[in-house]
Amino acid sequence: MNLHTSREFERELRTLRERLLAMAGRAEQQIRRAIEALRRQDDALAETVIVDDKVIDQDEVEIDELAFLIMARRQPVASDLRFVMVSLKIVTDLERIGDLAVNIAKRVREVSRHPPEPAITQEIERLGTAVMDELRRVLDAFVSGDVAAAERVIADDAGIDALNTRIIQSILASATRDGSRETGGWLALSSISRYLERIGDHATNIAEMVIYYVRGRDVRHHGGPRGG
Amino acid sequence: MTDTTDVTAMTTRAPPPEAKARAKAEAKLEVIGLGAWFGRQQVLRGISLVVRPRGVLAVIGPSGCGKSTFIRCINRLHELTPGARVEGRLLLDGQDLYASGVDPVELRRRVGMVFQRPNVFPTMSIRDNVLAGLKLNGIRGDHDAIVEDTLRRTALWDEVKDRLDDSPMRLSGGQQQRLCIARAIAVEPEVLLMDEPASALDPIATARIEELIDELKERYAIIIVTHNMQQAVRVSDDTAFFYLGELIEVGETRQIFTTPRESRTEDYVTGKFG
Repeated sequence: MNLHTSREFERELRTLRERLLAMAGRAEQQIRRAIEALRRQDDALAETVIVDDKVIDQDEVEIDELAFLIMARRQPVASDLRFVMVSLKIVTDLERIGDLAVNIAKRVREVSRHPPEPAITQEIERLGTAVMDELRRVLDAFVSGDVAAAERVIADDAGIDALNTRIIQSILASATRDGSRETGGWLALSSISRYLERIGDHATNIAEMVIYYVRGRDVRHHGGPRGG
Repeated sequence: MTDTTDVTAMTTRAPPPEAKARAKAEAKLEVIGLGAWFGRQQVLRGISLVVRPRGVLAVIGPSGCGKSTFIRCINRLHELTPGARVEGRLLLDGQDLYASGVDPVELRRRVGMVFQRPNVFPTMSIRDNVLAGLKLNGIRGDHDAIVEDTLRRTALWDEVKDRLDDSPMRLSGGQQQRLCIARAIAVEPEVLLMDEPASALDPIATARIEELIDELKERYAIIIVTHNMQQAVRVSDDTAFFYLGELIEVGETRQIFTTPRESRTEDYVTGKFG
């Protein structure tokens, strides 16, 4: 791949990419710790997730600023323009993923007062693993510019949606059986499942951005008005 | 038109056949297999494209890619260089510009040109600069009205209306360049060629020229050679990328600067060579 004549521009783009990947790594770690906190009923670990979210928020601010500076200084075009634009969108998805990890951590405290049935926790762990796998694969696709891998992430999101639906049905069934149990714990569990499913949606958004970055083809909303 | 690159056909999706037919019907200028030489050195090879009757085509490419030669072929300035020659066809409204019987002077009235550095006539007044082309072509009419109308269209009237008989040499560079554009459009051309018209101007004067181009494109087919990528993005509807005398890619400016098809276009517009 050819490099830009301006080494400074090249360095700025490299920094943007590295900052984005570092932020993505932090977001992934936040999900992992939130799920681990649920599995271990560990309020202290959940608290760490909540506190550490400010690092991801700061990432968002700094990456936005870096992208704006590149636009102002370089007026990027073609693949450079798509890269900067896509970075700005991905950063928003990553920040929301961070927020969802915080939401999960907050619900962990509610659940830990009323420990759930192990079967349901295991299903939620499975969902969490699938979502993290999706996120990891889409970030690899971004780094390598692999459109086929990004398309697989989009296709696989249906499986995550289905798993979330099954978990919520199980929770409803269990809550109905267990009339004595306080509803707060069941509601918290179903919220956690839904948050994980939303993280999957953000991974799908990122996958769509990867395709746009590589191909210049907008596949959002089934191709958008200009189709593809 | 099988061997002509259709500008409207180079959008992000292949157009339906009727769009292609419409593009041909709307062609102001068709360039078919254009080649150009300086002596034995070939500087343009097999250039084929279509220019719409109204709108701006930007021609971009690194120094020496043939973009200036390309526009100089369109008003037959190229042939004035000793040893220079061309091949291929250039059709203006379907008429071959290089056919015998075509008067190059009359052609240059129909195809005006603005150069990189303002080339006002220093010994003539501002008024006579505007009228120079008209007088050369023997065009009669209400010259005062033409001067005012032309200077208004080039946004120069308010700045020079009280000194029409003064020398143009006291005007700023940007004003001189707008005077040159006024001189070019006073003869009511159909095509306007611009060879880096703002490269010697400051940002404000450049913005005025670009604004003027935006207004003029409603009436003329404009072909602008520019080294300034952002200028190409701002002012043009279509962009052609030349490299080593060949047309690498032509298409809507929006497409060329967001999703170019050719890797050489991508590398050039993103600053990886040139």
